[in-house]
Amino acid sequence: MSQQTHQPLIEVHDLERTFDVRRRVEGRRRRVREQVRAVHDLTFAVQRGEMVGYIGPNGAGKSTTIKMLTGILVPTGGELRVAGLDPSRDRVELARRIGVVFGQRSTLWWDLPLIDSFELLQKMYRIPPSRYRENLDRFVEILDLGAQLDTPVRQLSLGQRMRGDITAALLHDPEVLYLDEPTIGLDVISKGRLREFLRSLNTERGTTLVLTTHDLQDIEALCERVIVIDHGTSVYDGTLAGLHAQGGSTRTLVVDLVDEAPPIDVPGADVRRVEGPRQWLSFPTDASAAPIVAAVASAYDVADLSIQEPDIEDVIRDLYSREA
Amino acid sequence: MADSAARHLRTYGQIAWLWIRAAWQYPTSFVMLAVGNGLITGLDFVGLWIMFTHLQDLGGFTLREVALLYGSSSLALGLADTVIGSVERIGTYVRTGRLDQMMTKPVPLLVQVCADQFTLRRLGRLTQASVVFGWACTGVDWTPLRVLVAVSMLVSGAMIFFGLFVGFACLQFWTQDTDQLANAFTYGGATITQYPLRIFPREIMVGLTFVVPVAFANWYPCLYLLGRDDPFGTPDAFQLASPLAAVLTVAAALLVWRSGVRHYTSTGS
Repeated sequence: MSQQTHQPLIEVHDLERTFDVRRRVEGRRRRVREQVRAVHDLTFAVQRGEMVGYIGPNGAGKSTTIKMLTGILVPTGGELRVAGLDPSRDRVELARRIGVVFGQRSTLWWDLPLIDSFELLQKMYRIPPSRYRENLDRFVEILDLGAQLDTPVRQLSLGQRMRGDITAALLHDPEVLYLDEPTIGLDVISKGRLREFLRSLNTERGTTLVLTTHDLQDIEALCERVIVIDHGTSVYDGTLAGLHAQGGSTRTLVVDLVDEAPPIDVPGADVRRVEGPRQWLSFPTDASAAPIVAAVASAYDVADLSIQEPDIEDVIRDLYSREA
Repeated sequence: MADSAARHLRTYGQIAWLWIRAAWQYPTSFVMLAVGNGLITGLDFVGLWIMFTHLQDLGGFTLREVALLYGSSSLALGLADTVIGSVERIGTYVRTGRLDQMMTKPVPLLVQVCADQFTLRRLGRLTQASVVFGWACTGVDWTPLRVLVAVSMLVSGAMIFFGLFVGFACLQFWTQDTDQLANAFTYGGATITQYPLRIFPREIMVGLTFVVPVAFANWYPCLYLLGRDDPFGTPDAFQLASPLAAVLTVAAALLVWRSGVRHYTSTGS
């Protein structure tokens, strides 16, 4: 990609954000002032066109980071550039070039019909009418919102509202879209459609996506790259596959034998569970499955075999517990 | 600078217009609201009128002269109240996260907050105030300069109340639930200026001139319109100083607003 030579779209260097918190302490009449580091020593860069998953447990600093990236919160230390701008200083200018979707808080106007919210945004962003029409028609068609345009937002279902919010965030052709828990509360079908849409947005328009989520399927479906944040700083930054390896996670070979048998004994794999003729064997993610499968097949009468990839949730849990 | 100000005003107008159009979806409730608002404020002046059936004058001012004070203050307050829209509820915007949403839009925050949920609910008050003011104007001995002062009085008055609304609303960036305290100064100030300041102690006059400068919204220019000497003996220049007071008030309010927003972005609470 020729884009690689260009400046990254998002550059974060040693970013830090502390908060003053007043806490009640027993035996003291006045509350004690304390400094809490919500984010510290955070460094990463995002290139144009990337889809990055930004994940971590509650209170890890995800929202604080997003707030600083969008200019809502001023960092207390470090450097931060988005599209060449300083977000908190050039907030209004930056707003034109980014889109933000907070999953649990709608940007739409509760009492107005959906279409009125879109028109308000057209005025705010001063989107040229032809471009506005073009984008609106396209998103309304793909996201299937045609029948809801005249419905007040408060009467929309959660899924419809989320699709409305995403349309609202994209009407002005942002270079980067921040999504904070975009699939929260959606049913499986809506989730799937939304992911498909986001993927097409990235491939067709080159929109950069930064996604915070609890739903690891979002990450698996969308993000080549994940940044894991815990206790305010990044504990992993790399590919999803690398995360599996780093987590020291294991794959599982499920063997269905023709007859019940004592635990299978083959080199490089351990039996984790036995249930009648079915046995579960675990082996390291970076090892090849082929020799193990061959060894099992040569020593036993096998009815069926399958391999289970590690669950990313387990991987991340491993990562957190090791950090702690 | 002037260019961007004009652009922001246009955006404000466009957003406000969408809200008016939305309100028209329910014309009955819109009309009822405006009429109800007019009736309530109408009763307000009826009270004053009944008082005058027992009095010859109030602090040396006739009913029609008091009506001039009442009408101009009420008009200015109504205009400001219409323009500022949701500023009084800034604390709620902080609490619900709506402010964060607004901060990701390419329009200055103050413009957005003022235009948000724009409503003409004050239309009733404005109508009533215009009627009272119009009647009071028939008692003024008009000269070209007095016309100019009258116009500048209404504009300056609206700016002064606008500044007070915005400035006091900013307290909510530091501590929420201060909207009642703010009301004491804004609506409280407006209520006092509906009467001749002459009837209050001197300290009130000083406070309303230098601290919460609502005396410039009507009292001083009205003295000029009525050709009266200042009963407190303040300099005559004060009677023409409303535009200056208005610019200072708005400038101070914008500074407070900016520091309020800065406080918000630096504490995130």
